[in-house]
Amino acid sequence: MNPSANGSRARHAQHTVVAIVEDKPGVLMRVASLFRRRGFNIESLTVGYSEAPGLSRMTIVVDGASAPVEQVEKQLYKLIDVVKVTDLSNEDMVARELAMLKVRCNNVNRHELLDIANVFRADVVDIATNSIILQVVGDEDKIDGLVKMCEPYGIRELSRTGRIAMVRGAKTTTVHEPEPEKIAKFHATQGRRVEGELPFSSD
Amino acid sequence: MARLTGAQMTLESLQREGVDTIFGYPGGVVLPLYDTLPQYPGIRHVLVRHEQGAAHMADGYARASGRMGVCLGTSGPGATNLVTGICTSWMDSTPVFALTGNVTRSLLGKDGFQEADITGITHSITKHNYLVMRPEEIPLSIREAAHICQTGRPGPVLVDIPKDVFQEEAEFDWTEQINLRGYKPTTEGHAGMIRRAAELINQATRPIIIAGHGVIWGDAHTELLELAEKADIPVITTFLGIGAFPESHDLSYGWLGMHGMFYANMAADQADLVIAIGMRFDDRAMGRFKDFNPGVKIIHIDIDPAEIGKNFPAAVPIVGNAKNVLPRLSDLTKEAEHQDWRSWIDQVREEHPSLHIRESRRMLPQYVVRTLYDETNGDATIVTGVGQHQMWAGQHYFYKRPRQLVTSGGLGTMGFELPAAIGAQVALPDAETWAICGDGGFQMTLQEMAVLVDENLPVKIAIFNNGYLGMIRQWQHLFYDRNLVDAAMTQPDFCKLADAYGIRAIRVETKAEVAPAIQEARAHKGPILLDFQIDQEENVWPMVPAGAALSETIEAPAEELAR
Repeated sequence: MNPSANGSRARHAQHTVVAIVEDKPGVLMRVASLFRRRGFNIESLTVGYSEAPGLSRMTIVVDGASAPVEQVEKQLYKLIDVVKVTDLSNEDMVARELAMLKVRCNNVNRHELLDIANVFRADVVDIATNSIILQVVGDEDKIDGLVKMCEPYGIRELSRTGRIAMVRGAKTTTVHEPEPEKIAKFHATQGRRVEGELPFSSD
Repeated sequence: MARLTGAQMTLESLQREGVDTIFGYPGGVVLPLYDTLPQYPGIRHVLVRHEQGAAHMADGYARASGRMGVCLGTSGPGATNLVTGICTSWMDSTPVFALTGNVTRSLLGKDGFQEADITGITHSITKHNYLVMRPEEIPLSIREAAHICQTGRPGPVLVDIPKDVFQEEAEFDWTEQINLRGYKPTTEGHAGMIRRAAELINQATRPIIIAGHGVIWGDAHTELLELAEKADIPVITTFLGIGAFPESHDLSYGWLGMHGMFYANMAADQADLVIAIGMRFDDRAMGRFKDFNPGVKIIHIDIDPAEIGKNFPAAVPIVGNAKNVLPRLSDLTKEAEHQDWRSWIDQVREEHPSLHIRESRRMLPQYVVRTLYDETNGDATIVTGVGQHQMWAGQHYFYKRPRQLVTSGGLGTMGFELPAAIGAQVALPDAETWAICGDGGFQMTLQEMAVLVDENLPVKIAIFNNGYLGMIRQWQHLFYDRNLVDAAMTQPDFCKLADAYGIRAIRVETKAEVAPAIQEARAHKGPILLDFQIDQEENVWPMVPAGAALSETIEAPAEELAR
């Protein structure tokens, strides 16, 4: 049923790079500014907490035509806050993205739309008299497919998370390097605004 | 553990990192730090006249001595004035530690008076930077920053501290230990790669070594000499690599690039093997990339893996410190002789002696540099600005030791010369230090002459005064159909300017006066300025025009030689 069940299918000239980064203020800016300065085009960038405290996992999809992935990797490594970089492009990986679509609909065509949602295994997360929100998880091709099917009805809003990815099997992109307690504490708080005493909460 | 203020912690930490000099300029938010300075007599503060000067001085200090240079500026304009200097050190990989103050924490992000997001501004021109939000973070921030600054491929760092963090007290908790999960420079070099490199060297018939700045910063000039002599490999350097190999050595063939020696460019272009050490294949060095020596094999040794394969694919990549890699490479390299290859380069040199200075009644800038070389026995530390005078200083002075030439290569920062020479002189008080300046660039930072007087530093200033932005005039002349637009400059009377600062000055107007003026400057105990009224229209040759290949190096045209 799923139009593109094979999540590992990489799009043409795209690279999926996973970076384990220190969870510190300014890290996202350092990475983004590096990509801008070196002329590497980002297709998507997703960041969130990882399995290790103090470390975040960033999944970056790079337009391979804009830069050799080896340079992307090496330049990322030069950032002090980047702990580990893994290029998943040649790995057997599972890549997924989540999207929400707010689609125009009415009493007449709502059923059609629900049928389409069903085919794509999309969830209905909100419904109103003249609109519906669909939530879909899959690789980019699947989401593109759903978007295309919904276009005739009128897409009011589309929001996509960008790709996250994991290597199949036991292999990981994890970092196993605990820091000494004092230094871990320093890295956990360094540069963060002091909460409460100041008009800003922590970044 | 003692309770200290943030300001005390800052100075205590810097002192523990071995800092003995800070080049700085005060301002509102760093006043707590200045208030504390007298408590640390081991740290000398050199008061500059513009923060750009402070950053260049720290850079000159680092380049001349190999030690980390420290500069200090206040928030806002103080910090942004440092930026040109920080970027200069970023492009040339020199260890400069920039310390800035910022507005009180509660005003951060509120556009407070003299607030600038200096950590944001300097993200892309520092190895790393820190915004310190608590006094207890100061020691480790400074410790990590200093470590990052001086290890691996060196480079600038910046630590930004808000005013009230300087004022707040906390326990001073110093720790020797550092643990940076994301920063583990590779210094050893891969044994298998070194073996493969040695095989290539042993097979090569036309090998050449291109030595860069990394040989100097890796303190590997002795190791380089051993390798070159053992395997009989001709050595050329990059512009920043000048001094990595003694230019008087039989195996030395000068330096390559846009204004490099003709024979160095040809040797690089005809070699069958390039052993690139601590250099990054800059466009000014290599000419048009796609036409550089097709078919050449490259062994690329660099401490920064990102440099390998960036501009040229390497047949053998070796990530490591030249100091560690070169002896291991020498061990595996067979003793050899490359007589045919060297004779070929020698012959090119004979036919195209790029460093010949023609007889002329005019005061040729090349002649001034060569006379300075002769008069100083080739021992002086030479600091230059950027432009024609920089190229002549690189060509016609012959360097014998690392760190003897201090110059802004990557960023090409005019105005670098005077403050960098001040920094070099502070680092090495007994070294004879000459600032070779262009008349244009000198005016960008000439206010630092006041520092020479304040600190009584015997820097010798030599202005190459041709009344033009010489390199601009040369390019407009050669490539813009002689359409000279804003190349000529009305110059002030530099001697009167020096006089106003209390510095002795001599105007040198004829060729005959050159040597006596240099002798007088050398005999003078304090700072002195020599205003050399050099020939106005002399061009720098040889030249690889922008976008041309090294094989297309052109030499001085006959009509210019007849001038």
